[in-house]
This record gives sequence, structure tokens and C-alpha cells, in this order.
Amino acid sequence: MTNYRGAPPPADPPTAIDYGRWLRPDLMPHILCPGCGHGIVLKALLRAIDGSRIPPEQLVLVGGIGCSSRLVGYVDLCTVHTTHGRALTFATGIKLARPDLTVIVITGDGDGLGIGGNHLIHAARRDIGITCLLLNNGTYGMTGGQTAPTSALGSRSTTTPAGSREPAFDACRLVEGAGGSFVARGATSLPLDLDATIARALAHEGFGFVEVLSDCPEYFGRYNRLGRATEMLQAQRARVIGPRPEIPIGVLHERAS
Amino acid sequence: MSELLQGNMACARGALDSGCTFYAGYPITPSSEIAEHMAVALPDRGGVFAQMEDEMASLGAVIGASLAGRKAMTATSGPGFSLMQEHIGYAAYAEIPCVVVDVMRGGPSTGLPTRPSQGDVMQARWGTHGDHPAIALAPASVAEVYELTARAFALAERYRTPVILLYDEVIGHLRERADIVPAVPVTRARPTVAPQEYRAYGPSPDDVPPLADVGTGYRFHVTGLGHDERGYPTDDPAVAGALATRLQRKIDRARDDIVAFETYRIEDAERVIVAYGIVARAARRAIDEARERGVRIGLFRPRTLWPFPDRELSEIASTRSLLVAEMNLGQLVLEVERCAGGARVDRYLRADGRPITPLDLLGALEAA
Repeated sequence: MTNYRGAPPPADPPTAIDYGRWLRPDLMPHILCPGCGHGIVLKALLRAIDGSRIPPEQLVLVGGIGCSSRLVGYVDLCTVHTTHGRALTFATGIKLARPDLTVIVITGDGDGLGIGGNHLIHAARRDIGITCLLLNNGTYGMTGGQTAPTSALGSRSTTTPAGSREPAFDACRLVEGAGGSFVARGATSLPLDLDATIARALAHEGFGFVEVLSDCPEYFGRYNRLGRATEMLQAQRARVIGPRPEIPIGVLHERAS
Repeated sequence: MSELLQGNMACARGALDSGCTFYAGYPITPSSEIAEHMAVALPDRGGVFAQMEDEMASLGAVIGASLAGRKAMTATSGPGFSLMQEHIGYAAYAEIPCVVVDVMRGGPSTGLPTRPSQGDVMQARWGTHGDHPAIALAPASVAEVYELTARAFALAERYRTPVILLYDEVIGHLRERADIVPAVPVTRARPTVAPQEYRAYGPSPDDVPPLADVGTGYRFHVTGLGHDERGYPTDDPAVAGALATRLQRKIDRARDDIVAFETYRIEDAERVIVAYGIVARAARRAIDEARERGVRIGLFRPRTLWPFPDRELSEIASTRSLLVAEMNLGQLVLEVERCAGGARVDRYLRADGRPITPLDLLGALEAA
């Protein structure tokens, strides 16, 4: 499997770009709630794409179903909004049919680890040259804040009013265990680091997987009394920085594809 | 050219000769020979074969490959066909050409994996949620499996829609001498306008807007949500209603191009057996034997189950009674009754995993 060939090695992505050049203004305003972390990820992705100098006609964005997956529709490229959990299967077909294209999947934690978990495992096992961003906000936001495979033990949601009794998935360890050759984690509280992580995933030849910690203040935050978006971001930041962070971020696993 | 061929092999050959260069599938009896043949043949022709992790993934990959410009297909049987319904609906709504082969075995559930049935006739029409037209073709011989596989690709590409090829296990595993008329590949209509003017779901004289390949400079959005001419999501009632109506109209207006059927010895017949797939073969034999005893009987065999040849059957039924024979507990007979006017419609139904024989039908003709 090959990713985009001939791209220059990833430079530091620009910190400011003309976002409007990459977006579909006709579709604004977007559907995301105030305080949602997903817009931070989209901007980081656009900075990474912009910096990659991959020709736009070579780019295809594929999403599943859910808040995060809806991001693809706002980007002015070839964009495919697919079915719940199955974005990676469509992307696999596109990549196998046109190996020269850069295929980027945006999925969420429910989409990619719940209903679509099997496809994530097998995309990683095949180590197919797709870049996959899994936006993890720990809840099913689109449907009103139900518990997700990534919801923390004890966390409350509309379907776990007394607190979740199930442990949460570790997406990165799952993908590494299944054979993915590039596994990274980023966080919306460190957006510029996220640019560089996505840029490396884009340049990687095999399956480039990036879990991005994102926040859902509207549902997850509200149900668990975590405060407003800024407070959630500060709390998230505290968990991912420092010499021994609670949640490791950055490139966690990388080998030649 | 005449040669000894198996039904499933004929399907793979028909696909390859139609220009299919992408196959994604998941193993399932009694369809696996199609995948096995494609796995051998495709790489030598610059094609792609992918064994996926399940049937949802298979049809997802097929749709993705089709969006990238490939003629693409998958094949399965009942349980896998059930799992594919979500993506059949997606392909219908997003208008992505693809071919889905369902080699029917006994059901429901895991059912009778190695035994024939015709139990997926209604699933082929109504298996997905929501409203959209369906095209399902039903071959009754090995040669016709080849012919209708090619036809399935032609219709899929011509009308930007999924096409289902539906045949029973007996046809799939039948080996017989087949006269193959080489397929003539059909090329999908691509946009001729500049990328900034392109509307992937825009107005078109035949209600089939051209489909651009991804990665060719055309920027467009594809979604399973309600969408406007550019493919952008909307739930505006006028737009959503117009889309649903256009999708139905697209196939309705092409009805005479799509619908196909065959008749046998019906000119002077007082009674007509309606049968498809392997049952139609048994019916021909039964008709020949019954006619030797002076019974005036004929056959109506739909080659397209959906759209159903309703007007043609109505005309036949205006002066004749009908006997519907099928390997299920009564599926296509419901459509036949809808078209029969006041004509008498008898049934010979069998859902025990065994094919209907000529002797069965002769008995049914005498009993009814």
C-alpha cells in the first residue's frame, strides 16, 4: 500500500492559512454546537493539508456518521459522507481503485470504535495507505449524548444515568495491536502540535491513524458537570501535558509500512 | 461460442467481459465461486480483488471503487444480502453504479446454505428502508447468467444505480453447455462541463446526471443524507421530495429499456405458468409433456423481476388463467396477482430447499 508519493517531507505546517480557500461557504453555518472541539481539528487538518502541498484534486475526504464525520462536507474537495461506521470501507475501495490519491477518513469514537470497530481493525491490519482521524469526544453527540465505547468508567450519559459500568476503549492500542504502522494521539487543547501530528500521518505510507481528543461540552460536559468549553479544554490539557501525562500524546508507534 | 460452464463462473466471466475491474466480497455459500474466479482473473487484467471483513465492508468498498471510476461488483447469498441492504440503499440514493449478485439459498437466517431457494425476491425489491426503485434480473440458464451479468453492468452504468442479479443455487452451481455471445461493455456518462459548473445531482434530460470520478478535478459531495443538486445535505421538503421523485422517475421512464421477459408456447394457451430461474426450466419440460396430452399451456418467464413486466403479464392474463410456481412461500405471486386483473391465479410453492421438478408441476396442473 502506498500513500501519496512524491510529496516533500512534512514541513512544519503553517500556523495561519486562508481557511476560506478550503471550505464551502454555502454550507455555513455548520451544524456543530458552541464549544465543540471538532472545529479545532478541522482547522488543524486544513493547515496540515495546506502545508503538505498535495494537489487538491488528489485529495478525497471520507466520513462516516456522527458529528465528526460531518466535517468532510464543509471542505471544498471530493468529499464522501458514507454510512454509520463504514467510512473506512468506502475509503478502502477508493484507495484500492486509485492508489495515487490521498484518502483521508474522519470518523468519531462511536462511528469508528462502536459500529465500525471491525472495519478499523481490518484497515489497520491491511495497513492500507489511508489517513484516519478518529475524533474522540467520549459520547454520541449527534443523537443527544448517549454513552460510547470510549466513555470513561463511571461517566454519566442519557443511557447511563447512574454512570457507565463499562471500561473505555483505547483506540491507539487497538490500532497498534491490529497492525497499523502509524499510531498517534493529538488533543484539541494542543492544536498546533496536532498540525504536525496530522502532517506526519499524511506523509506516512501505510495506515496513518490519529486519535484526537475532542470535547463535547453540550452533552458529555453538561451531563458530567465538567463546566464550559474552556474549562473542559483546560482539564484536557492537564491530562496530556507534563513529563508523565495521564494520557500520552504524540506519535506513539511508527514503523515502515 | 459454446462451452461447458458453471453458472457462477459465467457470472464472473460476464462481469470481466463487461469491463469490471473491481471485486470486493466476503465468502459465502453458494456464491463463493464468483469471488474465487475473480481473485484469479482480476490481477492479470489490472483489476483489484479484495476480500473484505464482512458484507457491509464489501459493498462499501465496491461503492468507493465505483466513485473512483471502476466498474465494480460483489456477490453474496441470503445472510450477506441482508447485511448489504444498508449500502444498496446508499448506492440507490447517492446514485453510485454497482452490481450485487445474490445466489439464493434457503432461509431465513443461516437456513439451508447449500440448497436452493427463491426467497429473496421481495428483499431485492423492499430490503432497504425508504423509497427507491429497484432493478433485479433473474437468469434461468448458465448462458443467461453471463448475458444478464453483462446487462446488470450496462443498466447500473447507464442509470447510475445498483443492479441486483438474483438467481437460485441450482443455476449458480449448474454446469451446462452455454452459447456465449460476448458482452459489449457500456461506458458510464462523465461530465463534460467545467468542474465549477458540475452538479453531481443536477437536472438532466433523462434524469441521470453524469457522474464524475473522484480524483479528476471535479469537487463534489456524496452523501446518504437528503441532498440538493450539488450533493449538499438538506432536509428541505421541496428538495427532498424532488429527489425521491426523480429517482423513481429515472427508472420508470426507462422501464421499456429495462423490462425483459420470455414466453413459451403461449399463443393458444388457456393457462400460463409464471416461473423464473431454475423453476422456469422445470416448467418448460412440464409444458411439453402436458401438451402431448393435449393440455394447452404455456410459460411466462420474467427476466427482470424488478421492474416487473406488469403490462405484458396483464395482457396475457386477460384471456388466460395463471399458475405461479416459485421456491418460496409466495413472493412474486403477490406481484402477479396485482397484474392479473380478475384472472384466476393458482400457486405452486415450495420452501424446503429442494427444486421444483417437472413432475411437481404436472401434479399441480392436474390438482388445480
